[in-house]
Amino acid sequence: MIRAEHISKTFGDREVLKDISAVFEPGQTNLIIGKSGSGKTVFLKCIVGLLEVDEGTIYYDEKLFTGLDFTGKKEIRKEMGMLFQGSALFDSMSVEENVRFPLDMFTTMTDEEKLDRVNFCLKRVNLVNSNPLFPSELSGGMKKRVAIARAIALNPRFLFCDEPNSGLDPKTSIIIDELIREITIEMNMTTIVNTHDMNSVMENGEKIIFIEEGEKCWEGNKNEILKSDCRILNEFVFANALARQLKESSR
Amino acid sequence: MFRFLSGFGSYWLLLGRVFSKPEKYPVYYRQTMKEFVSLGLNSIGIVTIISFFMGAVITLQTAYNTENPIYPTYLIGLGARDSILLEFSSTIVALILAGKVGSNIASEIGTMRVTEQIDALELMGVNSASYIILPKVIATLLFNPFLTLISIITGILGGWIVGTSAGVITSQDYVYGIQYAFIPYYITYAIIKTLFFAFIITTISAHQGYYVEGGSLEVGRASTRAVVYSSITILLFNVILTQLLLS
Repeated sequence: MIRAEHISKTFGDREVLKDISAVFEPGQTNLIIGKSGSGKTVFLKCIVGLLEVDEGTIYYDEKLFTGLDFTGKKEIRKEMGMLFQGSALFDSMSVEENVRFPLDMFTTMTDEEKLDRVNFCLKRVNLVNSNPLFPSELSGGMKKRVAIARAIALNPRFLFCDEPNSGLDPKTSIIIDELIREITIEMNMTTIVNTHDMNSVMENGEKIIFIEEGEKCWEGNKNEILKSDCRILNEFVFANALARQLKESSR
Repeated sequence: MFRFLSGFGSYWLLLGRVFSKPEKYPVYYRQTMKEFVSLGLNSIGIVTIISFFMGAVITLQTAYNTENPIYPTYLIGLGARDSILLEFSSTIVALILAGKVGSNIASEIGTMRVTEQIDALELMGVNSASYIILPKVIATLLFNPFLTLISIITGILGGWIVGTSAGVITSQDYVYGIQYAFIPYYITYAIIKTLFFAFIITTISAHQGYYVEGGSLEVGRASTRAVVYSSITILLFNVILTQLLLS
């Protein structure tokens, strides 16, 4: 479980996050949604410690994370995996080396054991026989899958996904969403996904937090979102005609 | 002034992170071997070509500026040797490497920053500064002295081939000149300067790349800054080291 309490963050004069609190439970896909520039990526980066919060605290399973030094954070970070918006695969490494990297760094496994684990992770994301390929040879969807394989290589307890569907076609987006949901359940991870993709929201939204201009405006799940009276949320979620029809039919 | 001091401070803080204890020695060793190829072996070609022609030009210029019956012709060889040893193979080659290796390091690390690869390392709990920069520093510190030696040999060879082909000096005089009043310490001096310059090029360029913010345009700017700052610092340290080592 991850607990964020009263998180605030400013860049210069600009207040990007304003007193946001949220609890993210294990074994479910938690979504942070909001318009571009609403502060959801900053919130996610604060949660994982890539940005320092100005105010507030973050707990990982009741262990205080904020304020820890690099060594202190390192222990908790070994239990984290993250899928970045642009995949963030290491360009100079092959697919196999990318997935093996955390194993090389943090385990004492033999080369054979590492290869078995790499192959298992790649098979889990439906990428077999792609070990020798380099990131430049992969499609956007394949890169995301390699990034997921790398993220789960160390059996993390916390998975973070920043815009996992960005730059992907709708079908590939659904495949990635399903993969994230399945892995979350299988490994009983606490997964937080940053997205503004409405397909993801309707498919995966077991818990949804809506952020608007740095403030948490709404919290609920995919069923509640259809019945919500929050005007700002409705303007965002039901921005197109198809989505509005869906809302009407649900009433 | 504030920007300079802030940059200077962040440079030293970054070095503090770079020289902290490596997490896993075998991974760092593998990375260092890759850097030997990327920053060292891949620079042999340009160093060899430039040194050959510069040695040739130094010899010809020395010859045409000492066209006087009072001066013995072997002085052409001696002049070329000392110019190559004292200044060209350490300082000028370092300036050339600041352009090649420095821009390479800054753009590589800058690209890693803007494509979130550095964030990915940090999130895994890896000391990204140490993992990315330390192997580059070790590789250049160990390999650049060899580049200097290659440059010295190629420069002297270039002077000999072109000098004798152009008829400005005989082979015997040139060989006598490069052996005449030879001071072995000059090689030590060139190597010491090379070590300082290798450290300057790698760390300044890495610092510029590591703190890139924005996109590809900023990576290009960081790469240019890396070359400019490295070159100026090399020239400054050239003066200081020359005074300290030759006085």
